[in-house]
Amino acid sequence: MISQKPLLTLLTIILFIPAFHACGGEETSDRQQSQPQTEEATLTEFELEHGIGPVTERIEIGDIDLDKVAEGRNIYEMKCEMCHNYQGRMVGPELGNVMERRSPEFVMNFILNPSGMVREHPVGQELLREYMTAMPFQNVQKDEARAIAEYLWYYHKENN
Amino acid sequence: MNNNKSNTLRGLLFGAGFIAVAAFIFTGCPSQQSMLDSRDAAEKVYVAPGEHDEYYGFFSGGYSGQLSVWGLPSARFLKVIPVFSQDPETGYGYSEETKPLLMTSYGFIPWDDSHHPHISQTDGDADGRWIYINANNTPRIARIDLQTFETKEILELPNTGGNHASSFVTSNSEYVIGATRFSIPYEMDLDVPIDSYSEEFRGALSFIALDPETGMMEMDFQILVPPYNYDLGRAGKGPSSDWVFFTTYNTEEAHTLLEVNASRNDKDYVAAINWKRAAELVRNGAGETMSAEYYHNYYEGNQGIAINVVKDQVTVLTPEDGQNFIYFMPTPKSPHGVDIDPSGEYIVAGGKLATVIPVHSFSRMLDAIENERFEGHVEGIPILDYDATIIGEVENPGLGPLHTEFDGRGYAYTSVYISSEIVKWSLETFEVVDRIDAYYSIGHLMITGGDTRNPDARYLVGLTKTAKDRYLPTGPKQNHPAQLYDISGDRMQLLLDFPTIGEPHYAQAIRADIVTPNVKQIYEMEENDHPHALLRVADNRIERDGDTVRVYMSSTRSHFRPDNIEGVRVGDTVYIHLTNLEQEWDVVHGIAIKGANNSEILVAPGQTKTMKWEPTRTGIFPFYCTAFCSALHQEMQGYIRVSAADSDVALTWSTGGN
Repeated sequence: MISQKPLLTLLTIILFIPAFHACGGEETSDRQQSQPQTEEATLTEFELEHGIGPVTERIEIGDIDLDKVAEGRNIYEMKCEMCHNYQGRMVGPELGNVMERRSPEFVMNFILNPSGMVREHPVGQELLREYMTAMPFQNVQKDEARAIAEYLWYYHKENN
Repeated sequence: MNNNKSNTLRGLLFGAGFIAVAAFIFTGCPSQQSMLDSRDAAEKVYVAPGEHDEYYGFFSGGYSGQLSVWGLPSARFLKVIPVFSQDPETGYGYSEETKPLLMTSYGFIPWDDSHHPHISQTDGDADGRWIYINANNTPRIARIDLQTFETKEILELPNTGGNHASSFVTSNSEYVIGATRFSIPYEMDLDVPIDSYSEEFRGALSFIALDPETGMMEMDFQILVPPYNYDLGRAGKGPSSDWVFFTTYNTEEAHTLLEVNASRNDKDYVAAINWKRAAELVRNGAGETMSAEYYHNYYEGNQGIAINVVKDQVTVLTPEDGQNFIYFMPTPKSPHGVDIDPSGEYIVAGGKLATVIPVHSFSRMLDAIENERFEGHVEGIPILDYDATIIGEVENPGLGPLHTEFDGRGYAYTSVYISSEIVKWSLETFEVVDRIDAYYSIGHLMITGGDTRNPDARYLVGLTKTAKDRYLPTGPKQNHPAQLYDISGDRMQLLLDFPTIGEPHYAQAIRADIVTPNVKQIYEMEENDHPHALLRVADNRIERDGDTVRVYMSSTRSHFRPDNIEGVRVGDTVYIHLTNLEQEWDVVHGIAIKGANNSEILVAPGQTKTMKWEPTRTGIFPFYCTAFCSALHQEMQGYIRVSAADSDVALTWSTGGN
């Protein structure tokens, strides 16, 4: 029986070579295009300062809109607060003063495109190295992210 | 040919040398088949990494009680949907939310035998909204939602002994049908001698109305029929779509040694029922309300906790002469399947003890009814003349034809159990045009998009009953195989042979693009209507009410809140209501507690699930996340302190010193 083994191995190899060969040509161009882009050089000046994501233009936060603040707070407590303190780091960075450190567009893009931000943006990459947990997308829509920005802006004003 | 084949099989099983067996296994090529070479077959089933299969295949679990989901043609295993059996992998049937789904009038039942999945239909085509499946042992039908691939509802069928001829839907999902395999005394809990069979026992055919918006089931009426065994069913299509058909066997009314005693007549019947007419009769008061006890279990709202509604009556229609809604068509002995072709005209019975495959004609059946070509009556049901309904008999179909499906191109494919093969035959000439071996002992077969008006007949899957030498041996009991055939050409070609889960009886396959646009990626937190959901972390808390302790806990990568709990006492009943606050696809958290007499609970993104725990000893009980959720998954843990029953340790909870 032992003497059959090399024969079987050979048989297996012979049978599998054509199978692998046949499958080798199936790689689609779609897949080749989906490689992550990691080169910072491709980022625009806007993206470098305000993040990569669906927010591509500057946003005015003028007079505080208290309805929007209430909406933003509601979403923040449901979808953000389990990982962020207002003061002091937790799973992620503190957010009580985030509006001092980042633009509202940057915050919104991080909420709306967290995986893109940690993969492609130098600040996102740095944050991932520091916190070791990638921020998840929490199914927040663009207008909801805008309301969260309004709330964090308001929080910062009220507490400083 | 059959002798040759069984000799070959016997040789392989018992006499062949190692090389013969090894060559058989490694090549996967049967000796005398019309078989593609391995490379062509591999190309046809190859789906590149990251690419998706073209079809979903839903395979019943048989004695596993579940439903498994496969990608076809690659035969990638996608998941098991727990239905009638507890599933510790997900906590189904262990969590407080899902335990009520398994309640019956006999109490909590942790297992059943699931046979025939059937996808909901619109205009005679599978619409991919829900899939229904029967429980054979303690008669029930379940509804699985194909947005979440979860069991959402289970309805028990009263007055039924073995719900085998189920769960087939009509062509616009008006009804899903069930029937008793074992006739039993119709009145509940009737204590009578078994040899009073012919007098006291009866069959019940169940018509369960479906809500067009929600797919929810409601027992509309049952038809009381003679004490035969009712085996399988199908709804008509197109011109026959107002009708459903059931096969019967044991028209001898035997109650012992059926193997011999139910094989004496040369014919049994196909029962043809005009369900629309029967429903009208019931609406007009022809039915009788009888007492019954059966459970209807379902979720109220989006998710929450399944509830039990106990029903206490059922409407029963007993056929009477002149009502014109039910007929028996004699058909060769012991038919198994009764299958309707895509045009709705041909009714094919699989007479497993017959030498031919009988093909009845729906239009001839209507003529026979019109002209009263009856050869008798039984219990108010006219028996039609065999010659008046039959339109063809397929000769030489092999031994033991069981089930038939159709390709919509004029051909039928019948599984043949004893000679272990599939025969392809023409609906025009009723002659066999091709045959191919099955490994081994085929039961049902299914065609992609089958049992619809427009089958998408690229592939056929044969569900076979024994694996024997087909795969690496795994002991005396091996998993049941399935084989995938290409039926797009003139000849059937075997492409793939793979082991399955449980004991698949029937399967259905649907084009993936009908299902995938509706599949949910998360439970949206805003729509979580669970009464014990925790929707913001600030609300995490513990409430004590006597000996009942409710922990409102959240999970996020990578911590529980709260994760330090004190003040639980021996004798408490603790409910951990865990809400997964993630809103990202496929980020699942679980929980397990040391010593809990329960399974873990897995919680999908945005969902709330509850683990019941009754600590019996004092001490420190670690708990942890069972789903590998992040790089810090191993840090996702907590402690519960359990004190003596008379302890005055205060109930406290915390996370991270907050």
